[in-house]
Amino acid sequence: MSAVNPLPQPERHFMSGNEAVARGAWEAGCRVAAAYPGTPSTEILEFVATYQDLYAEWSVNEKVALEVAIGASLAGSRALCAMKHVGLNVASDALMTQTLIGVGGGLVVAVADDVGLSSSQNEQDSRHWGRFAHLPVLEPADAQEAYEMTREAFALSEQFDTPVILRLTTRICHVKAVVVPGEREERPATGFRKNPARLVMTPMNAGYRIPLMLEREERLRAFSEITDLNRIEDGKDRRVGFVTSGPTYLHVLESFPNAPLVKLGLGYPPPMELIRALAARVEHLVVVEEVEPLLELEIRAAGIPVHGKDLLPRMGELAPHVLRPAIRAFLGEPAAPEPAPKRLLEFTTPVQVFPRPPTMCVACPHLGIYYCLSKIKNTQIAGDIGCYTLGAGHPWNAMDTCISMGASMGVALGLDKGRSEADKDKRVIAVIGDSTFLHMGMQGLLDIVYNRGNVTILLLDNSAVGMTGGQEHPGTGKDIRGLEAPKVDFRKLVEALGVKPERVHEVNPYELPILFKALRQEVKVNDTSVIITNQPCVLTDRYGHKPPYAVDEEKCTGCSNCLAVGCPAIAVTRRETVVKPNGSEKELTFVAIDSAACTGCDLCPGTCGPEAILPLAEFSRAGARL
Amino acid sequence: MNAAKTGEGKVTNILVSGIGGQGVMTAAEVLSQTALSQGYDVKKTEVAGMAQRGGVVTSHVRFGRRVLSPAIPHGEADILVGFEPAEALRWCGQLRPGGVAMVNRLRQEPPVVTLGLFPYPDDPVGEMRARGIEVHAFDAGAIARELGNLKLVNTVMLGAIADYLPFPAEILKEAILARFRDRKPALLAVNEQAFEAGRAAQAAA
Repeated sequence: MSAVNPLPQPERHFMSGNEAVARGAWEAGCRVAAAYPGTPSTEILEFVATYQDLYAEWSVNEKVALEVAIGASLAGSRALCAMKHVGLNVASDALMTQTLIGVGGGLVVAVADDVGLSSSQNEQDSRHWGRFAHLPVLEPADAQEAYEMTREAFALSEQFDTPVILRLTTRICHVKAVVVPGEREERPATGFRKNPARLVMTPMNAGYRIPLMLEREERLRAFSEITDLNRIEDGKDRRVGFVTSGPTYLHVLESFPNAPLVKLGLGYPPPMELIRALAARVEHLVVVEEVEPLLELEIRAAGIPVHGKDLLPRMGELAPHVLRPAIRAFLGEPAAPEPAPKRLLEFTTPVQVFPRPPTMCVACPHLGIYYCLSKIKNTQIAGDIGCYTLGAGHPWNAMDTCISMGASMGVALGLDKGRSEADKDKRVIAVIGDSTFLHMGMQGLLDIVYNRGNVTILLLDNSAVGMTGGQEHPGTGKDIRGLEAPKVDFRKLVEALGVKPERVHEVNPYELPILFKALRQEVKVNDTSVIITNQPCVLTDRYGHKPPYAVDEEKCTGCSNCLAVGCPAIAVTRRETVVKPNGSEKELTFVAIDSAACTGCDLCPGTCGPEAILPLAEFSRAGARL
Repeated sequence: MNAAKTGEGKVTNILVSGIGGQGVMTAAEVLSQTALSQGYDVKKTEVAGMAQRGGVVTSHVRFGRRVLSPAIPHGEADILVGFEPAEALRWCGQLRPGGVAMVNRLRQEPPVVTLGLFPYPDDPVGEMRARGIEVHAFDAGAIARELGNLKLVNTVMLGAIADYLPFPAEILKEAILARFRDRKPALLAVNEQAFEAGRAAQAAA
């Protein structure tokens, strides 16, 4: 088959939505960009940092990232900050006041909602912030629009003197599509202008700014009716007209190609007259929005009869496989219109297969921690956000709470202070990673120390933001571009926060006896203790591979103790039930190590009583059969 | 009326499924880049985050004159590329009637199966065939190991689908080899062998 698209090759780039946002920001002359990594937004700043002619940083958290962007905007530079949906909760304190101030250089807040919960603790709808903070919300439908709307966002920000929210979802961020980019425009900083009445938000000054913010919102509302970002697309099938925003536009087009629709690119403030015009042309109006019924309520409040969440799910992606059956049922049609529906249904019935949840990596330094935690009794373990949240799963089952970034600290203190009589001997433990600790855990630890909490804190320092792909942070000694940067000394840091030096231990998490000893000792002490582990994430260059191990079949007694480590390189080869001399039955589980995956971390040999786990090299020397 | 509504043609839908770390994303990327080089509009989902950690990974690759939704509509996949038998079975309901599944028979049991909490299906390929699906199953892992590198599973699986695409197999092969020609010329010959072995294996299976 020959070429079907007339566009010349060099103009067509294949980009994810995240890369497209980065490209758009760079082209718009953005001079400062800041973010904290978080799925699905992480790659925005990674791509921004590949452009050398702007300043980019990993910030310690999203609030600081937004504040850096605010400062840069006030200095007259175009500025971007990026975060995942829960990051904007953290940054919202700054956002809710910055909206009163407005901007210097264009200020864009790119926020990525994890619609479908690919890697998040909740599923929020960041479009709420538009109404809450009286800000415009741009909602691209694919990578090309993500690129275009990022540029547009900077322009709108300056035109209306407002921060602009660029609302993305997983299906925008992590879908690669064809993007036709343009050229960079140079936007030198215009300079900081002192103006305390506008920039110093005392109650009196804020009081003057509120009417201006509300007046701006009304101008945006009028703009929303006339901008090309919002439009009606006509169609022949007038039974249902759709109101779409963000990626649902393409899902609706795919599902109902002949239906009239309103495509919203500027979702807040919504163009109510445009929507009213569509409603007048169709029998039924259906809002397709991910995920909350925001538009639906506004449309209903405007007196326009509308369907939405009465037909469609309140959570998850509204992809064609969700939309089609729901709308067909509403219209009283069979679920599948194809000529051979029975055959189709036989084919497409989902198959139930075992779950395959994410696991920790082979040789992950967290394995030793959770092996120990799973062996210690009478614990209450407050967990946190990161790869180590997987410690809540099999085989360790060693995490009891996980709420938000840094919450392990406060929750642990609360468990300690609020304990019941029955729990008086429980050992309260908090588990937190290095980056999460720097993001929002430090304040919590200070609170524990100040209030004399009886909590043992495991600070898992693996020198990376592991879950999002091993990004740098202030504890790694490198910046976003991999250049040398000041490095936090975690021992000094926790001591500075008030933890007694004798209550701080730095341990190698692969040395199980030492880790056990430190943990057993500290949970018994009625004080605040911190155990810092110090081995790097295995997915980063900092991890050094060692020669692999293998299992000597003749020595393996089937005790399965090594399986309690939870390393994915250890697999069961056979199970056997034996009857012991006293008549009781015992299940034996024999194992093998995938030597191609094993990196020789030394963890599992330490759990093997009969010493059946030996370096692979010894087997070849002895000519033993594996 | 919008161009998207008038300009639709046949969209080719390829669902690649497997486990984090197997090279699912790389295979999908190569396919997408090849389709792009043929002038198509292309969309490809990327799964990142927790799925990297040994979890389920799928990538939807769609190409045609104009691709709308990035998600392959349920029951419209033309080809399912299963890097692991249970992962092929899990997603086989996405195939259209008449769709084809290429399945690597090399099983990978997750910890929940190893620990005895869930059973691994006895015969995933048989279950798919019982549904009436055309399945070409072979041990891509063994082929890759024979060629000396388990990472070649990726190229073997791409070879397996090469004769089912709307462009010649040679174009896909050249796109794969081009990735190695400059950066890792030592791997050129072995990738070509893996590609052809995959082509032959699916034809025989």
